[in-house]
Amino acid sequence: MLDIKVTPLGAGQDVGRSCILLSMGGKNIMLDCGMHMGFNDERRFPDFSYIAPDGPANNYIDCVIISHFHLDHCGALPYFTEVFGYSGPIYMTHPTKAIAPILLEDMRKVAVEKKGDSNFFTSQNIKDCMKKVITVTLHQSVMVDSKLEIKAYYAGHVLGAAMFWIRVGSQSVVYTGDYNMTPDRHLGAAWIDKCRPNILISESTYATTIRDSKRCRERDFLKKIHECIDRGGKVLIPVFALGRAQELCILLETYWERMNLKVPVYFGTGLTEKANNYYKMFITWTNQKIRKTFVQRNMFDFKHIKPFDKSYIDNPGAMVVFASPGMLHAGLSLHIFKKWAPNENNMVIMPGFCVVGTVGHKILNGIKRIEFEGRQFVEVKMSVQYMSFSAHADAKGIMQLIQYCEPKNVLLVHGEAAKMEFLKTKIEKEFDLKCYMPANGETCIIKSDINIPVSVSLRLLKEEAKKSNMLPPDPKRQRIIHGVLVSRDVSMCLMDVDEACKEAGINRHTIRFTSTLRLEDPGPATKTAEKLVQLMNTRLKDLPILFTDFTISVESVIVKVEASDDDQKTVYVSWDNQDEELGSHILEILKSVGN
Amino acid sequence: MKLYCLSGDPNKPCSILQFKGITFMLDCGLSSLSVLNFLPLPFVRSARLDNLPGWVPRDAADPELEKELKECCGRVFVDSPPEFLPPQSKVVDFSQVDVILISNYLCMLALPFITEGTGFAGKVYATEPTMQIGRMFLEELVDNIEQMPKASTASHWKEFLHILPPPLCDSHRPRTWKQIYNMTAVNKSLARIGMVGYNQKLDVYGALAVMAVSSGYCLGSSNWVIDSMYEKVAYVSGSSTLTTHPRPMDQAALKNANVLILTGLTQTPTANPDSMLGELCMTVASTVRVGGNVLIPCYPSGVVYDLFECLSGHLDSVGMSTVPMFFISPVADTSLAYSNIFAEWLSTVKQNKVYLPEEPFPHALLSRSGRLKHFKHIYTEGFSTDYRQPCVVFCGHPSLRFGDAVHFVELWGSNTLNTIIFTEPDFPYLEALSPYQPLMMKTVHCPIDTSLNFTQANKLIRELKPGTLVLPECYLQPPVIAPHRPDLVVDTDRPVIVFKRDDVLSLPLKRKLSPAEISTSLTEKLHPNEVRSGVSLVTMTGHLVAGDNKFTIKDISVSDLRDPDSTAARGSSGKKRLRVAEDFAKIKPDSYTWGSLNVEEFIQKISEEGITDAKVEKGTSGYIIHLFCTLEHKPGAVGANEVAQWSMEMHNTLHVVINDFNSQLYVAQVIVRMCLFTLLSACNICLFFHL
Repeated sequence: MLDIKVTPLGAGQDVGRSCILLSMGGKNIMLDCGMHMGFNDERRFPDFSYIAPDGPANNYIDCVIISHFHLDHCGALPYFTEVFGYSGPIYMTHPTKAIAPILLEDMRKVAVEKKGDSNFFTSQNIKDCMKKVITVTLHQSVMVDSKLEIKAYYAGHVLGAAMFWIRVGSQSVVYTGDYNMTPDRHLGAAWIDKCRPNILISESTYATTIRDSKRCRERDFLKKIHECIDRGGKVLIPVFALGRAQELCILLETYWERMNLKVPVYFGTGLTEKANNYYKMFITWTNQKIRKTFVQRNMFDFKHIKPFDKSYIDNPGAMVVFASPGMLHAGLSLHIFKKWAPNENNMVIMPGFCVVGTVGHKILNGIKRIEFEGRQFVEVKMSVQYMSFSAHADAKGIMQLIQYCEPKNVLLVHGEAAKMEFLKTKIEKEFDLKCYMPANGETCIIKSDINIPVSVSLRLLKEEAKKSNMLPPDPKRQRIIHGVLVSRDVSMCLMDVDEACKEAGINRHTIRFTSTLRLEDPGPATKTAEKLVQLMNTRLKDLPILFTDFTISVESVIVKVEASDDDQKTVYVSWDNQDEELGSHILEILKSVGN
Repeated sequence: MKLYCLSGDPNKPCSILQFKGITFMLDCGLSSLSVLNFLPLPFVRSARLDNLPGWVPRDAADPELEKELKECCGRVFVDSPPEFLPPQSKVVDFSQVDVILISNYLCMLALPFITEGTGFAGKVYATEPTMQIGRMFLEELVDNIEQMPKASTASHWKEFLHILPPPLCDSHRPRTWKQIYNMTAVNKSLARIGMVGYNQKLDVYGALAVMAVSSGYCLGSSNWVIDSMYEKVAYVSGSSTLTTHPRPMDQAALKNANVLILTGLTQTPTANPDSMLGELCMTVASTVRVGGNVLIPCYPSGVVYDLFECLSGHLDSVGMSTVPMFFISPVADTSLAYSNIFAEWLSTVKQNKVYLPEEPFPHALLSRSGRLKHFKHIYTEGFSTDYRQPCVVFCGHPSLRFGDAVHFVELWGSNTLNTIIFTEPDFPYLEALSPYQPLMMKTVHCPIDTSLNFTQANKLIRELKPGTLVLPECYLQPPVIAPHRPDLVVDTDRPVIVFKRDDVLSLPLKRKLSPAEISTSLTEKLHPNEVRSGVSLVTMTGHLVAGDNKFTIKDISVSDLRDPDSTAARGSSGKKRLRVAEDFAKIKPDSYTWGSLNVEEFIQKISEEGITDAKVEKGTSGYIIHLFCTLEHKPGAVGANEVAQWSMEMHNTLHVVINDFNSQLYVAQVIVRMCLFTLLSACNICLFFHL
């Protein structure tokens, strides 16, 4: 019951189709529900039969959380809800809810209409799926049910990207989705408070990269484009319609303005204009600078960047085109690529990560001859550039996040096994934390130490404070609290014994022992008593000793010297059964005086 | 728990709440009614205002007073920059305030007065719209007053209150009135605000959790829940159950609070906002139809968005789409822009528009199409070219004492075709107009106050079921404007505590419990004893770690404090481990006894073990057993009186008195304990313990 189980169905030692099952305190949560862009068969979706062999997952999953709108994080959602069958709650942020259906529809069209894929979800499926979505705002604490609480934090990866903190009882997990620890041109940096989760499930795309400064990369990017257009070449920048595209547009827009360039810059049609509108409306999710200036000038109104028309592909002369999708696996970007690839004057800049199996991945690996359906070959003579603009946290960023939230364990997903291994060693060494990296289908069981929440009666606490205030101050001394823990139904409360008996409705039975001693000590009885107090003070440290006239009391132990001036004094030592050890110890002390 | 009330206006509330050692300020509303006593500040010198006669007291002429006070149609005004009455601080030092919670942008205008120059070092919390729109309100206020600097400040009149005519003579503590803050103070003050989202649990010094929940009144408006885990205080400020543009009110979070503090009910309980809105649209249409202009004094955000939407729709429907609407405010552009990026704070209908994607408010479209034009001031470039009559002008300030509205009243006041429509409920409209009398333009009063009315408030209280209801005294009497409406009061069966300005209340909230956590290693050692079905007890001793107002109870670090084979073994082996003196502070009882013990059985048991001379005495609350260490049979019992005085006053008491006169005490003790333990284990009596 105290174990937390994590099973990646996707993104385990891999990038693509992120889907992680989390089981904690009797609750099952699905983190992301993505598809793999590199596969065209059933491997593109996570293996949902793992959850429920024969369909509907309602009884097995308490909620689904989607971190951001990238398809490798939400691409399988309509399939999971509408085809496989799940009607429980789905949580995501407002921008994700706004943008995800557009990307899903876009991808569906590519898959079904261009590739003729059947066994895919329909437009209606996407709409029905989105109706089940519950939106969350940052930092809002959402009670999924009476035990399961979730809370979103800013992740900075794309518009609306969020990390999620998930709590059941006193156990908690943070799932980062994809995140970025350095603010970029349009988004802020990811942030989380010291929430000390039991597990931090972190992406690790750039587990081994410590990227050079952002400025350098930007300068490099602009220099390459400038060189290419100067020699009359065409530049193709495959991007996803939302996210990186907007950042690069802002970059190019300002550069064009500063350098007074006239070469046309185009933006793939349709999606993109709409996309900019989303950015205008969700300005609160962008970075400080854009938010501050948006009243005067909205950064997403571009002057130099115009919509692209397919007829421009064969236009002579230089141009720069942003086209989707970003991994060159279908659509307009692939179409343009096929046309421009054979010319060595041209250039393609891949600004992001490409999954295995896509054309983007192939050309980045230096493949110069690419085969398409129908035994069609394209020679890649154009210059192929890779720019790491993908807004993921690098190794430094991941370490920084660990430092921020102070997890007890770290679990890596969304990265390549070899790189993860390197980061795992680093985390274990630097933070002395256990670090896990399960493969797909492999379950990680993480034992967790948890503190049990209880109530303490204020009377007991005040009593303790009073006692410890009576003693001379000593910061090293442990404060001791003692009482009776009463558990009733699910609540537990620590009280003093009398309160506890009253609460439980039982009568205490007191057993008291009194022993009588004779001490040889001439002089007045008060003097004897004072001597005994001194003795007890030295032999019993850190216990408050009360002394009045002839009576000394410590806890329930009472020592009384009989008021007589005889040489032999009668001393009574009395204690309650529960203080047997202390009582007999004091008796020993007193007897040692007698001898 | 204490509540200090610093404001006399339930709609501009400001109170201090002390709870669990933390001092909260709930809202910091600024009472602006004082500005009505001042002359308006026109952009250009107004001959009419300049020529108003000085006011001369009846008894003696005072040239100083005459300079400061001007008379207009029987009312006396102070000729000085307007002054405000900030929350009073005689009983509370603002530097002691830990946290300020702001409910909505209308309740934060005193913030710079409180946080700047007072030594305040706490935190301020508000939602993002509250902070951004609040900034607009503060900027507009400062801008409006700073644009029209007055050469001199009047203060002499404050010494002669007793001879002044009403309402000036009834002014509340005019010596404490202050001139408006400057932008430096505004910026510093706003920089202190920490932004929160709805339902975000804020940890306040580890002692309390504070949460803002939607109140449905305006963009970003919130009520607050202060929770100690065991006690809950709900603070309800401006709230609305009507459907307008903001997110609906969240009532669930306010339920079952121990204390509910309720303020900010409607200021116009006799007016229905919907019919007022209808009347406004009709009045505008009929005025414009005959060529008249309409002036609607307003704040830069809030109901004005609904007015744009409804009015443009109404004008379209009556074929007057070409009538221009002007929105004039130093922050008009910001207000229009921000309203359309706060989708997450809007009603579902408006929110869903961004998924299309379209702007949530139609005024974005209206300003793109040129129907609604916005300017910072009337003298801003472009206004004179765009100005066409007839038109509708929305501008501030609703008090008509400063801002562009002053100019429009002066400009349009003499023409009977024009109309001024009052919608903001903060100022009595006749008072607002008094320095402009005699006035020819039509005056229409259509107050639109969407805050809870009394019927809605009573329904809310019934649903929330608070332990105690705390509210302004005036809510228990019918309002001054409608003294014969006994239905316009808060009527509840809950216990009620009322307050008025300067009151200090003790709220009935007795804290009994505190949250803590027990470490796993300690819980693993506990073996609860079920004493009744469903109720288990276990004696527990732990190391109390306190930090950041949180308690954790851990295992005591001296791990070998108790031998695993404890009580019985210790007795029989007769050997004790040597302990260091400190250890004894950590040894606490490991068990308590309850139930009853059969005394005869006990006596029999010890006599089997060789103690045969036990004497049983029936005490007041149980038995006293006297043992005279058996081996030597030396009598000499302790007197019964002395024993009784030691015995605890409790039922079911067994008192064993062992008299040791020959060092046999220890052996006797061991025997007695052994017997007791055997009996206890046989369950004639029970223990709850942790070994």
